[in-house]
Amino acid sequence: MMEIRLQLSYSGFALDVDLHLPGRGVTALYGHSGSGKTTCLRCIAGLERAGDGFVRINDEVWQDSRSGLFVPPHQRPLGYVFQEASLFAHLSVRANLAFGLKRTPRAQRRVDMAQATELLGIGHLLERHPQHLSGGERQRIGIARALLTSPRLLLMDEPLAALDSQRKSEILPYLERLHDELDIPVLYVSHAQDEVARLADHIVLLSDGKALASGPIGVTLARLDLPLARGDEAGVVIDGVVTAYDAHYQLLTLQLPGSASTMRVAHAPLGVGQALRVKVQARDVSLSLQAEEHSSILNRLPVTVTEEIAADNSAHVLVRLDAGGTPLLARITRFSRDQLQLHPGQALWAQIKAVAVLA
Amino acid sequence: MPLSSADFSAIWLTIKLASLTTVILLVIGTPIALWLSRTRSWWRGPVGAIVALPLVLPPTVIGFYLLLSMGPNGYFGQFTQWLGLGTLTFSFAGLVIGSVIYSLPFVVQPLQNAFSAIGTRPLEVAATLRAGPWDTFFSVILPLARPGFVTASILGFAHTVGEFGVVLMIGGNIPDKTRVVSVQIYDHVEAMEYAQAHWLAGAMVVFAFFVLLALYSSRKTNMGWN
Amino acid sequence: MLIHASRLAVLATALVFGSAHADEVQVAVAANFTAPIQALAASFEQDTGHKLVASYGATGQFYTQIKNGAPFEVFLSADDSTPQKLENEGDTVKGSRFTYAVGTLALWSPQAGYVDANGEVLKRNQFKHLSIANPKAAPYGLAATQVLAKQGLSDQVKDKLVEGQNITQAYQFVSTGNAELGFVALSQIYKDGKVTRGSAWIVPAALHDPIKQDAVILNKGKDSAAAKALVEYLKGPKAAAVIKSYGYEL
Repeated sequence: MMEIRLQLSYSGFALDVDLHLPGRGVTALYGHSGSGKTTCLRCIAGLERAGDGFVRINDEVWQDSRSGLFVPPHQRPLGYVFQEASLFAHLSVRANLAFGLKRTPRAQRRVDMAQATELLGIGHLLERHPQHLSGGERQRIGIARALLTSPRLLLMDEPLAALDSQRKSEILPYLERLHDELDIPVLYVSHAQDEVARLADHIVLLSDGKALASGPIGVTLARLDLPLARGDEAGVVIDGVVTAYDAHYQLLTLQLPGSASTMRVAHAPLGVGQALRVKVQARDVSLSLQAEEHSSILNRLPVTVTEEIAADNSAHVLVRLDAGGTPLLARITRFSRDQLQLHPGQALWAQIKAVAVLA
Repeated sequence: MPLSSADFSAIWLTIKLASLTTVILLVIGTPIALWLSRTRSWWRGPVGAIVALPLVLPPTVIGFYLLLSMGPNGYFGQFTQWLGLGTLTFSFAGLVIGSVIYSLPFVVQPLQNAFSAIGTRPLEVAATLRAGPWDTFFSVILPLARPGFVTASILGFAHTVGEFGVVLMIGGNIPDKTRVVSVQIYDHVEAMEYAQAHWLAGAMVVFAFFVLLALYSSRKTNMGWN
Repeated sequence: MLIHASRLAVLATALVFGSAHADEVQVAVAANFTAPIQALAASFEQDTGHKLVASYGATGQFYTQIKNGAPFEVFLSADDSTPQKLENEGDTVKGSRFTYAVGTLALWSPQAGYVDANGEVLKRNQFKHLSIANPKAAPYGLAATQVLAKQGLSDQVKDKLVEGQNITQAYQFVSTGNAELGFVALSQIYKDGKVTRGSAWIVPAALHDPIKQDAVILNKGKDSAAAKALVEYLKGPKAAAVIKSYGYEL
């Protein structure tokens, strides 16, 4: 468990959060710029000092202002990835990577040079100088450098924000590998919902220095009482398990968590039993009173209406559905809502095009 | 060769003075520059202004006040006498102190610029990579500020070599102790020994040219933080 | 500095009218004669209607400046050899050279009673620094070394000598206390027939070559009535009284 209480104020900005976060997996600190995400991260690292703060990471207390405890940043076993990779310009890639490794006591080392370079695919860059690298390469080295200190917590401050979409998609798979292969809790600051949806297990929604919500990603994204649901990008993430693969049509069948329902997704082959996270955007979900057999839409899930609110566009409404324990969001027109006479508790069918499911 | 042994001892003394002054300035200038480049304190302005004073003050002003303060009735002179060192006017040590004050901004300002250009990010990165403050200073700040140190050393050395007014005021023109090249040239001119004056003065011009050449050539190859 | 604004103005005027300004005389004055010339200037200006513009400095420096076109019309040197040299080199008005004062050397300390009336303090040798003017450039410095040599003290005080670049600086080292005592020009510490401050030994003239201070009209002052008037004035009895009151001989 991580326990983070921070209070600090500058002119025109105040941060006041009290967070209890899981001690493993990726936790996203999500919010607009100016919401306090980066300040939060810097306080946890000790780069900034909250006037009133308490930071406990699993069984270690890093700051407790009540008792005057403040562990300086260089004594906190954390890794920090900055928005710009911030490699040392006077050192080669290899020396950059070795910088933190050298300063980590042998007994605490759990990541070695070979492992880190392999994990981030940077083995061929070791003798180069930072000036001669692309933005994406630099950022991968920045991540590897942080990992090589064998951190007990990895803090990432919008590591992809400075990159174009091509570089971003070049790095995202490496970040997913980190998540899957290393057991290091990550706090990931971002304002990009697609990154969060892909990487995070837990999300903290920050606004004006306060935490509006904190919870598992699937549940929190599907909450209608948060501003997340109203946007164009609104949707849910589903962590499914592969039950079958149709090689001919290149379609995966996923079992939804906690329900008998399955969903088919166009995807490269994966073995049965493997986990796959998919994102289903609210605008890609349509509703029907009957199961339409004669349709190109492959996925038809039996659902129950739980709640409904107005969307940001007054012609639309947002409907929250329960697919046997898995929450779904659907964005439909107000007209359709009236046609179907939607009301909470109503049972109907949610239809999702297999090509619209993002994996 | 029209240079006399007195000229050579003036040259040797000048090199000794400039080298020692530069080393002392690097040692005391680095923390001052580091502080000036990092602090948000109210004192930043006044301290920066004091450091820069020798840039604008005529050397005679510095020399005059040094003469008064290092003398037996001045505060500094009374302090050195209390320490048992006597007064430092007319001594090599006195010249070193004068030169350190006189050349201070030429060392502090390039260093300050170099430290400011580094910014705080590399220091934060170093801290998150387990480097403590001293470790960070030696393994990050020093190498990144190397061009600043080169510039500061060259300027500090060259400016001390070019020092005249302060030496004139507090030196007393003593061979091997305070008679540096610039004073020796002045002596030659006053004594109408133009040939010797030419040799020494010409050597100074050549020296100054190569110093500046080295400085401007090194600027091109400087490596900054990016 | 060599040229300041007012002198530039004079120079410009001279260029425009083809001759030096009739009412002004530019004088290069040896540093030791600073106080007397200031006292003399007022009565000179009152008596003749001319204006005296003085620059003070070291004789060697003035020589270099004059050789390089400085706009001085009259030169009051601290020695006799520099005006002689200028004359030999054709930079002066022939026949204008004369001795306007003979300097007196004094061993001085700002502390009362420190220097005795016979200069025994030198032999006791209980000081750390003895200030003199640069003997290579300043006649008073040369005279000081002659005094020390004649008394057999040269070696004894060798390591204690500090040199001012001119007699003014030699005085400054002593007056600020950095040197306990020093050889200065009597004119620097003397007014109205007595030493104004501290204690002094007025060095007998026999102990060194006479410090003859010569004046000369430079080529730039050839056609200047003011320059001629100044020279005449300096030779007159009124000036002699003032010069003597500052401790010079004539």
